[in-house]
Amino acid sequence: MNTVTNPPVLPSVLSVEHLKIELRHGTQPLVHDLSFDVKPGEFLAVVGESGSGKTMAARAILQLLPPGISQTGGRIIFDGEDLSTRDVKAMRPIRGPGIGMVFQEPMVSLNPVHRIGEQMAEGLRMHTGLSAEEIRARSLDMLRRVQIADPERCMHAYPHEFSGGMRQRIMLASVMLLKPRLLIADEPTTALDTLSQREVLDLMVGLARDNGTAVLLITHNLGLVGRYAQRAIVLEKGRLVETGDVPGILVEPKQAYTRKLVDALPRRQPAKAANPAQQQQPLVQVRGLCVSYPGARAGLFKRNAPVRVIDSLDLDIHPGEMVALVGGSGSGKTTLGRAILRLAPSHSGQILFRGEDVRTADRAALHRFRLACQLVFQDPFSSLDPRMRVQDIVAEPLRHLPAFDAARERRMKETLDEVGLDGLGARYPHELSGGQRQRVAIARALVRRPAFVVADEPVSALDMTIQAQVLRLFQSLQQHHGFACLFISHDLAAVEQIADRVIVMERGRIVEQGARDAVFDDPRHAYTQALLAATPRPLATLASAGTAPSPVPEKAFA
Amino acid sequence: MKKFKTHTLVGGVLVAVLLVLAVVAAVWTPYNPLGIDLRSKLQPPSMAHWLGTDEFGRDVASRAMQGAATSCLVALLTVAAATAIGLVVGVVAGFVRGWTDRVLMAFNDTLLAFPGLLLALGVMVIVGANKWGIVLALSLAYAPSVVRVVRGTVLSLREREYVEASRMIGNSEIYTMWRHILPNCMAPVAVLATSMFGWVLLSESALSFLGLGVPPPAPTWGNMLASARPYMASAVWLCVVPGLCIALTLLGINLLGESLRDRLDPRTEKA
Repeated sequence: MNTVTNPPVLPSVLSVEHLKIELRHGTQPLVHDLSFDVKPGEFLAVVGESGSGKTMAARAILQLLPPGISQTGGRIIFDGEDLSTRDVKAMRPIRGPGIGMVFQEPMVSLNPVHRIGEQMAEGLRMHTGLSAEEIRARSLDMLRRVQIADPERCMHAYPHEFSGGMRQRIMLASVMLLKPRLLIADEPTTALDTLSQREVLDLMVGLARDNGTAVLLITHNLGLVGRYAQRAIVLEKGRLVETGDVPGILVEPKQAYTRKLVDALPRRQPAKAANPAQQQQPLVQVRGLCVSYPGARAGLFKRNAPVRVIDSLDLDIHPGEMVALVGGSGSGKTTLGRAILRLAPSHSGQILFRGEDVRTADRAALHRFRLACQLVFQDPFSSLDPRMRVQDIVAEPLRHLPAFDAARERRMKETLDEVGLDGLGARYPHELSGGQRQRVAIARALVRRPAFVVADEPVSALDMTIQAQVLRLFQSLQQHHGFACLFISHDLAAVEQIADRVIVMERGRIVEQGARDAVFDDPRHAYTQALLAATPRPLATLASAGTAPSPVPEKAFA
Repeated sequence: MKKFKTHTLVGGVLVAVLLVLAVVAAVWTPYNPLGIDLRSKLQPPSMAHWLGTDEFGRDVASRAMQGAATSCLVALLTVAAATAIGLVVGVVAGFVRGWTDRVLMAFNDTLLAFPGLLLALGVMVIVGANKWGIVLALSLAYAPSVVRVVRGTVLSLREREYVEASRMIGNSEIYTMWRHILPNCMAPVAVLATSMFGWVLLSESALSFLGLGVPPPAPTWGNMLASARPYMASAVWLCVVPGLCIALTLLGINLLGESLRDRLDPRTEKA
């Protein structure tokens, strides 16, 4: 590994010089004067928030810019040749064997009507003269390499039969079949949970090392940068703001923007003093709760055994407590949150709210329960009615409270102020940014001063600096109003920042629970340990190591 | 912004002219639209008869004006009724789901399986050939397609998180339907309704053509067109006038419908 002071001797795989990308009739360039090099076998991260132009830069390298957007300046030199002078036909031999690309959304990047085997064979058929048997053998090998169980069956399966993590591994396999010299991975694991994220990236690092492929990892997640990349470049609004070796950039960021990004990383805050409320009766008590889905149809009148999603689960939440519920996708954490609020049906057990069973409550009792509870959704784009103004959305919950219009209006304004949206009441949701929308959703949830709030991944759809802001806002509101909160998340870094108590769920059961510091510092259950190991927490690791981390391969498999 | 304004302007002018003609026809027409004058039959457009006369010597301009009132009233009422039925049935079926949905949709699909005109013919035979019969028959024939569109929209809307949020707030199901689902269905329904206006105008002429429309001698654009058929070669103005009326009305309604949809949807308001 080269250090910064030693100029590299090896020629670069790719060098981008003064790249400029503009919207055809736009005023401001999307990417402005961007220059960087990728050395052979290097793992380079491109970091930036949405709108920073990082995806556009990657697409420009492959000459895959969307219509209306074009490269207006600079050179992209791959293998000693400027790619921007090549036409569509001349790019074809480059795409695939030269530069491979893995896209963000595994759910849509495989064609749903073709079998996996056919899709994998496409590239080899086009770029090599291999026979059908040879192609098949190589594909099988590669599937085995990315740890797909039963590769034979996988070849004949369709994409919908696989989970997101599996699909991303298949995608990676088919790209790496061609042994590209450069792999561009555009947010390859953003849509995946922590465990699959780790698996996919570890495989990517391994495959890249085997084939001597350089990797350009585009991400907004500094945690991943800290764990996998050797060098990083930071983009802000289409401009390069900082470049350097990875531990350095995270530990001592030189530019204000980089520092802002690093500061946005969640960090642990001192635990609250033991809450006297904890000795009181819990606000929410869940006893032996079961949720199951009916099994698949096995005949006209027959069904398979129902699938247990939540399996006789017990849970207590005390007044004013921030309880985090963590687990991978499919662990049943979202279902549990919805079942407690009776948005999803449950089949047996008890849900006691202030000692009253709400699982079997009648309409009136359910209405009383809902007046005291709220839910914050993950996706701020679909949780707000597009036809209502922000002020109407926030004021809507108040229609169930006995109050005068003036008092309602005052409360609505007050809540908008609290979430930092004063003056935006007359806007429609589509006129707001993602972070602002999530603030609206939080305001709607809190306007009635609920006693209990379920927050289902409230920040996972947001940009990292916005994530930090919203998380901090949520935390301060919780401390101010003192509601109890069930914070559902797969992001342990965020949980570490705000939770009082952590509950770990796996396949519908609680496998571990305890105070935050206890769970994070001394995890007992294997699943908790795996989750923690998979969560990139660069600050914690760098702080404890005190030195630069070892080179990538060992680091990735540590 | 430019496109939006032109749409509204052209559509608005066309529809306004139509409405003025229809209203004026109620109190005054150049000639009596039913007045037969066999001496001046099949005369081409002239200073006396601006748009010529038909095979009974009736003034085509007067008949077209009177026809505008009848045709547009029939079409408007039909579209309103079909949309109302479609919205109610579609929202209920899509939102309640289960057996309600299955029964409603089974009935709806049975209606859809008949060709619309055949269904209308059947109803017309039962209720008799008059204005109200046509409205009833055509709204029954057109409602099922509205039901389909509305139900589909509702099915996708009800999974949105803001519908769930409304439930969490403690709103009743009916309020949620009214406040959050129905308004979000309006854009596709507005588009459907404007194109339906055209189909209804044409269906009304088809029914007249088959002898089941508004009975003669009362003029509608449809039966004017139908009775002009034998004279298509000799007296071309007889089919051009009602045909042009129908075409211009459709154009106006469609343009207005488009700008209406843009206006209904806050997301395209500033586009």
